[in-house]
Amino acid sequence: MTPYAIYALKRLGQFALVVFIGINLTYLITHATPIDPVEQTVAAATSFGSTSPEAIAMLRDSLRALYGVGDSPWTQYLVFWKRVAVGDFGPSLSAFPTPVATLIGRALPWTVGLLSVSTILAFLIGNLLGGLAGYYRESRALKLAGIVAMALHPIPYYIVAFAVLIVFGYLWPVLPISGGYRINTAWGFNRDFILSIASHAILPVTSLVLVGIGGWFLGMRSLVSNVVTEDYVTYAELAGVKRSRILWSYVMRNALSPQVTALAMSLGSIFNGAIITEQVFGYPGIGSLLIAAVHAGDYSLVIGIASVSILAVSAAVLIIDLTYPLLDPRVQVT
Amino acid sequence: MSAGAPQPHAVPQAQDERVLAVSDLRAWYQTRHFGVSREVRAVDGVSLQVARGEIYGLAGESSCGKSTLVKTIARAIRPPLHVVGGTVRFRFAGRERDIYALSQAELARMRWRHLSYILQGSMNVLNPVRRVRQSFVDFAYPHLDQPMPEFLALVEAHLARIRLDPAVLDSYPHALSGGMRQRVTIALASVCRPDFIIADEPTTALDVVVQKDVLGMLRAVQREIRSSMILVTHDIGVHAHVADRIGIMYAGRLVEEGPTRDVLRKARHPYTAHLVASLPRIGDDTPKQSLEGAPPNLADPPPGCRFHPRCPLATDICRKEAPPLIDVAAAHRAACWVTAPPAQHAAPGAAA
Amino acid sequence: MLTVLRDLFRYRFEFRLGAILTGCIVAFAALSFVSPYPPQDQFVVPPDLPPSSPYWFGTTSRGQEVFWQLSFAIRNTMLFGFAVAILSRLIAVAVGLWSGYRGGLADRVLMSLNDTFIVIPLFPLLVLFYFVLRDNMSWPLLALAMASLGWAYDARLIRAVALSLKTREFTQQGVFSGMRASEIVTQEHLPYVLPIVFYTTMNNMTWSIGLEVTLSVLGFTNIDTPTVGVMIYWANQHTALVAGIWWWIAFPVLFVVILFIGLFLLAVAMNEYIDPRSRLARMGGATP
Repeated sequence: MTPYAIYALKRLGQFALVVFIGINLTYLITHATPIDPVEQTVAAATSFGSTSPEAIAMLRDSLRALYGVGDSPWTQYLVFWKRVAVGDFGPSLSAFPTPVATLIGRALPWTVGLLSVSTILAFLIGNLLGGLAGYYRESRALKLAGIVAMALHPIPYYIVAFAVLIVFGYLWPVLPISGGYRINTAWGFNRDFILSIASHAILPVTSLVLVGIGGWFLGMRSLVSNVVTEDYVTYAELAGVKRSRILWSYVMRNALSPQVTALAMSLGSIFNGAIITEQVFGYPGIGSLLIAAVHAGDYSLVIGIASVSILAVSAAVLIIDLTYPLLDPRVQVT
Repeated sequence: MSAGAPQPHAVPQAQDERVLAVSDLRAWYQTRHFGVSREVRAVDGVSLQVARGEIYGLAGESSCGKSTLVKTIARAIRPPLHVVGGTVRFRFAGRERDIYALSQAELARMRWRHLSYILQGSMNVLNPVRRVRQSFVDFAYPHLDQPMPEFLALVEAHLARIRLDPAVLDSYPHALSGGMRQRVTIALASVCRPDFIIADEPTTALDVVVQKDVLGMLRAVQREIRSSMILVTHDIGVHAHVADRIGIMYAGRLVEEGPTRDVLRKARHPYTAHLVASLPRIGDDTPKQSLEGAPPNLADPPPGCRFHPRCPLATDICRKEAPPLIDVAAAHRAACWVTAPPAQHAAPGAAA
Repeated sequence: MLTVLRDLFRYRFEFRLGAILTGCIVAFAALSFVSPYPPQDQFVVPPDLPPSSPYWFGTTSRGQEVFWQLSFAIRNTMLFGFAVAILSRLIAVAVGLWSGYRGGLADRVLMSLNDTFIVIPLFPLLVLFYFVLRDNMSWPLLALAMASLGWAYDARLIRAVALSLKTREFTQQGVFSGMRASEIVTQEHLPYVLPIVFYTTMNNMTWSIGLEVTLSVLGFTNIDTPTVGVMIYWANQHTALVAGIWWWIAFPVLFVVILFIGLFLLAVAMNEYIDPRSRLARMGGATP
C-alpha cells in the first residue's frame, strides 16, 4: 500500500471517530433531560391551536420512533443511529409535516456557500498580508495592518456582525441587510437572481471575513518570521536567489502548510460564527434555521441540524486532511 | 598546485595570487532586551589571506567564532550581528573588491557564480517542498546563461562526473540520507565552478565512513574546478587530510596559522599544542590531559591574551596585553608572548 | 512566575496595556458591590434617559441605570468566563501533560480524542443543551458544559510543551540523578509549564466570554441574571436601536470589547515570552 493510502485510511478513521463521538454526544444531551421530550414537544405543538388528532398521533409516533421512548435504552440508541444514518429525522414540528431533512436541504446550500466564500477570502487575504508582514518587517503599512488585525481578532462574531449591521443598516444603508436574495426574483441562472444573491451575501461575508482575517494574519506573520530563519531560506539568500522567489517559493510555501492544518482545526469555530452571523443578517442558512427551531420548540429540527452540522464540518475537515499531502510532501513519509 | 602533499607558500603572497584578503575584521553581536545590553565579540580582529586554488582550514573548539567568521566573510550576517571594523576583499575576474562595498545587485551577481557556500549541518538546506532539481534551477540557472534543456544536461553531467546518481534530482530532500544530502549540496555549490567555496562543517553530522567519502568528493571537486576554499571544522583529523594551510581560532581571534604540516608538527601556540596532543593515535595509550576551565564568555572576555586563564605558560604580560600575531617561520604565524615573542621574528614585514 | 509577570509588565508594552485595560474592567466590575440598586430590580430610575448627569451611562427602557447594570453584567460575565477557564484548565492540563509525558499509545488515544473535540462544532451542541434543559439550565451547569467541551485546543498546546520538556537535557539529568517524577515536574518543569497555562487561560476566557455573549444575545441562557450578553438581549427585545436608545447597547459592547482586547494583549505578550527565540536573546542578562 502506498504511503498515501495509509495516510488516507488514518484520516478516514479519525473522521469516523469524530462523527461517532459527535452523534453520541447529541444523543446523550437529548437524553439529559428528566422531562419526556416527546410529551413536551407534543404539548408545545398542541398549544399552538388547532392541530388535528391525526397530526398529533403522527407526530407522537414519529417522535417516539425517533427517540424510542418506551423501548429499551439499547433499542432507542440503535433506532436513533439508524435514523441518522439515512438522514430521516422525521417531520418538522414548526413546518409540519415537512420533513426535517427537506428543510435542512433547502438551508444547507446557503450556509455552505456563505462559509466557503468567507473562509477562502479570509484565509487568502489574511495569510497573504500576514506573510508579507512577516517578511518585510520594516514596512509601516504592514505594521499598521498588524495592529488592526490584533484589534479585530479577539472580538467575537456577534459583535462584529452587529457593528456591520448598524453601519450598513442605519448609518449608510446601501446594501441589503437581510435575506438571501431579493424576494420576488425568479429562481434560476438569470442575471438578476445571481446579482441579488451576491448583493445579499456581501454583508454577512464581510462580517465573517473581518473576524477571520485577524487570526490568519497574526498566525502567518509569526510563522513566516520563523521560517525566515530556517536553513533553507538562509541558504537561498547566500546563493543570491532573487528575493521575490525566496518569498514565494521558499517562505510562503513552507509557512502555508501549518496554516492549512490550522484551517482544518478552526472550521468548527468558523461554523459557530457563521450560525450567529446568519441570525443577525437573516440569512436563510441552517444557522437561522437552528435559532428559529429552538424558539419554536422544534425538537426534531434541532437534533437534525446538530447532527448535520457535525457531519458537514467533519467532512470538510476530512477533505482538507486528504488534500494536505499535496501541499507538503513530507507528510507521506509516516 | 600539485596533487599530493600540500606545499607551503612564500610570504607575502603576490597580489594577483591572492583571492581573499581579510584585514582586522571585527564582528560583534549587539543586543538590548528587557533592559539588558549585551555585546558579544564573536570575531575580534582577524586577518588572513587565501591564495588561488588553496584549501585553508579553520580550526578551533565550538563557539570560538569560526562559523561567525566565515559568515562575516561571506557577508551573510544579520542584526544583531554587525561588522564593527576591518575589511574583506575578494579578487574575482581580475578585480579586487571589498564585499561590503558591493551593491545588492553586484552582490547577487557574485553569489554562487564566484562565491559559493556549503552550509553547516546540511540537514535542512534544501527547500523541503520542492524537488532537488528546483534547487539547482533556483541557485545556478540565473548565472549560467544557458537555455533550460542545456542547463539541465550540464547539471546531470556535473553530477555524473562527481559520481552522483542524476536520479537524485527527482527526489525530495527528506527522502535522501544525510550523506546524500551533503553530496548534493557539494554538487550544488560547485556546479557554477566558483572561484571560492566556503565549507562550514561539511562532515560534522555524518558518521565516519560517510565522512571519508564526502571529504574525498570535496577534495576531488575542488581540484577539478580549481577553486579556493575555506574549510571550517573542529576536527583536526579532517584538516590534516585535506587542508593546505590551517588557522587556529580561539575566542574570536586567530592564535596560529601556517602550512598544515608545520602547524601540526611544530605547533607554537600552547592551545594548538594541546589540540594536537589530544588527537588519538593508534597504539598510543598515554592518558590525555584536558585543559582546565572553559572557553571565555565573549561578552566579557579576559583582558590581555584570551587564553591566559587556561594556559600553563601564562606570565604577567599575558594577563595585561594581547600578543600580536607574528611570523615565527616561513608562512607560519603565532600569537604568544612566551613561545613567539615579538623581538624574535626574522621575516620581513608583519602579516597583513 | 511572579517575577515573569513583573518583568513582562515592566518591559513589554503589550502586557502593560493589556494589564491596564483588564484591570480597569475588573475595577469597574468591583464597583457592582457598592451599587445602590439590586440588579434584578426594574423601574428604579426614569427610563430611556440619554447619558448625562447624574446617570452617566444613561438609563434603559426597563428603568435601570446602565452604569450599575453594566457593572453587574461585567462582573457576572467575567466570573463566568473565569469559572469556565479554571474548570477546563483541569482537563486541559491533565490531558496535555499526561499525553506529552507518557507518549506512545496513551498519547495517540488522547490526541485522537482531543482532535475530535477540536473539530466538532460546539455551538449546535450547546444550543441543543439549552433546548433540552430550558428553564432548568443554570449558569454553573452551562459553565460545566462549556468547560467539558472546550479544553481540546489548549490541551494540545500544553502537550507540545510537555513533549519538548521530556526530551530536554536537564530532564534526563534529573532522572539519572534519581529525582522522583513528581519532583522533576514541580521543580524543573513548572517554570516552563506555567506560562503556557497562563496563555491558554487568557485565550479560554476570551472564548468562553464570547460564547456566553452569543448565547445570551439569542436568549439561550438564564436571562434574569445580568450579564453582558443578557443586557444586549434585553436591549434588542426592547428594540433599543430603533427607538434610539443606543447607549443601552453601546456601553456593554464597548466594555466587553475592551475586556477582549485586554485579555488578548496579555495572552500575546505571554506567548512572545514563551517563544524560545526571544528567551535566548534574554538569557545573557545575568550579572557577571
